[in-house]
Amino acid sequence: MGGLLDHLVILPIVLPMAAGAIMLFFDDRLRTAKAIINFGATALLVVFAVLLVIKAAGVDATTGATATYPLGNWPVPFGIVLVADRLAAMMVLLTAVLGICALVYSLARWHAAGPSFHSLFQFLLMGLNGAFLTGDLFNLFVFFEVMLAASYGLALHGTGLTRVKAGLHYVAVNLAASSLFLIGAALIYGVAGTLNMADLAARVPLIAASDRGLLEAGAAILGVAFLVKAGMWPLGFWLPTTYAAASAPVAALFAIMTKVGVYAVLRLSLLIFGEGSGASAGFGHDFLLYGGMATIAFGAVGVLASQSTARLAGYCVLVSSGTLLAATAFGNVGVTAGALFYLVSSTLAISAFFLLVELLERIRIEGADVLAVTMEAYGEEDEEMDEVEDVGVVIPGALAVLSISFGICVLLLAGLPPLSGFLAKFTMLSAMLNPDGLIEAGAVVASTWWLIGLLIFSGFAALIALTRTGINTFWMTMSDRPAPVRVIEIAPVLVLLGLCIAMSVMAGPVMGYMDEAAAALHMPAGYIADVLNAPLVVEVVSP
Amino acid sequence: MELIVAIGIGVLTTCGVFLLLRPRTFQVIIGLCLLSYAVNLFIFGMGRLRLDAAPVLDGGSADISHYTDPVPQALVLTAIVIGFAMTALFLVVLLAARGLTGTDHVDGREH
Repeated sequence: MGGLLDHLVILPIVLPMAAGAIMLFFDDRLRTAKAIINFGATALLVVFAVLLVIKAAGVDATTGATATYPLGNWPVPFGIVLVADRLAAMMVLLTAVLGICALVYSLARWHAAGPSFHSLFQFLLMGLNGAFLTGDLFNLFVFFEVMLAASYGLALHGTGLTRVKAGLHYVAVNLAASSLFLIGAALIYGVAGTLNMADLAARVPLIAASDRGLLEAGAAILGVAFLVKAGMWPLGFWLPTTYAAASAPVAALFAIMTKVGVYAVLRLSLLIFGEGSGASAGFGHDFLLYGGMATIAFGAVGVLASQSTARLAGYCVLVSSGTLLAATAFGNVGVTAGALFYLVSSTLAISAFFLLVELLERIRIEGADVLAVTMEAYGEEDEEMDEVEDVGVVIPGALAVLSISFGICVLLLAGLPPLSGFLAKFTMLSAMLNPDGLIEAGAVVASTWWLIGLLIFSGFAALIALTRTGINTFWMTMSDRPAPVRVIEIAPVLVLLGLCIAMSVMAGPVMGYMDEAAAALHMPAGYIADVLNAPLVVEVVSP
Repeated sequence: MELIVAIGIGVLTTCGVFLLLRPRTFQVIIGLCLLSYAVNLFIFGMGRLRLDAAPVLDGGSADISHYTDPVPQALVLTAIVIGFAMTALFLVVLLAARGLTGTDHVDGREH
């Protein structure tokens, strides 16, 4: 007892908070010092996150033994508790990895574009980690707000007309969503009398039929607040504009912010309305399924219609969200496991793509973005045939790296073999078609076929749009100058894509982890028992 | 009393939502303020309305029914602080947008 590792669960929250607060004392002229502190803190966060995942993976899936941490050492239903099960630990690790990649990228240029970038960056990490780790509904709201407040600052980082205009909408939408969050949480408290998620899940089956409508109304309002964050179809119109307007490293980190909404929906719908929740079991799943399908369709059409590559990336975020929401609605262990794999893979890929987009912008000619969609319609002829003398031009190294990275991104986002995007989609589709396992033949309903069709269509749309972008970027706008790309800008992209490739190669162990995480999610009894019986960190000595 | 509180919350929400959908940034921020007042009252109401009951144990009585539920009051306090900070933040964005676009329309241009 007494070691730092006893407090491992809270470290991913305390560390960014301390680092962010310390950096507030430095003037922006000491940007190098801030960069060093920020880098050190984020690197340490990666270490803690890895330890957390090891700790979470070490425990047995069937008996549970989720890592818990009662804040202020209050016994569980009365105080706030932090919970690190496999899913939460995985999300914290994902956040840390994205954080360090986005940070390294930003050190090339972006961190100097506005004040307090480094502090806001750490506070965003704090909010994200807190949202993933907390086991209390109202504490989730607080961490959401920490995350959002930092994200408002970061979305406006670098200022400029487009960012401020998009930021205004972003702030307004999220403030309204926060009101809904509070209404939902208050309704649930009013009915169930608790805000602790595990306690809530234990009490839901016992709620009287006359109060059940109120509880479900509260959960639905709460769900709408999460779905705004996740960008589900009628609620996600703010997303592509905001993400396209944000600076590249910020957008790369924002790629996980939609996943916070998805995470909350996944966690709460399986915990509170999962098996063993009595009359309310499966509440809202139909809505999630059709909403997710609509999001996929809207995202795929948006991907095809985007005139700028950054917007295209924003619509890829929507497709990813929609896929995850629809997969959540299945309530099937296999589908959930595939969805978790897809979550990690698509977040890494989209994040890398956001970083890559900015590098691509530098090597393309002016207006190529707008032409990309309309060029085919005009049937433009190649009139520059007199430039064939350039046969001796060697493709510069940087350009080759960029185009290979782009190619990997396309494979990941479109879900083509052999990379992890394909494996994730394949796992999901296989589990959807064989809901009872591979041995028994299960019935597949019509909506499943629609979802499968949409999933394949969205991959196809991404393939068309990205191929078009690639052709217009690499083949039509080649300049004689070597691509102006620095090593610390391309390295994070390569790390993110390398992780996806590693996930494809190590698919067995990774998938094993996801399977156990999904199994634990679908059997919330273990989670509930673990949290409610959470031991205090240090035994309080009675006087 | 319940009826008055309920009507109050309803009126605040109605006005808040109406203003939130208006095209001027100032109307939007007032709408968000009204909405957050409504939400705060709503959270308060979720702890059940009680008269002459303290939320803090004072040692005078051990009977729990003599006290009102303290949790929603703590939640309201947090929600007020956060809502206030967010409103201030939105005000900054609003002013920046006004300065950069030269108009107070939420889309940055008059239609």
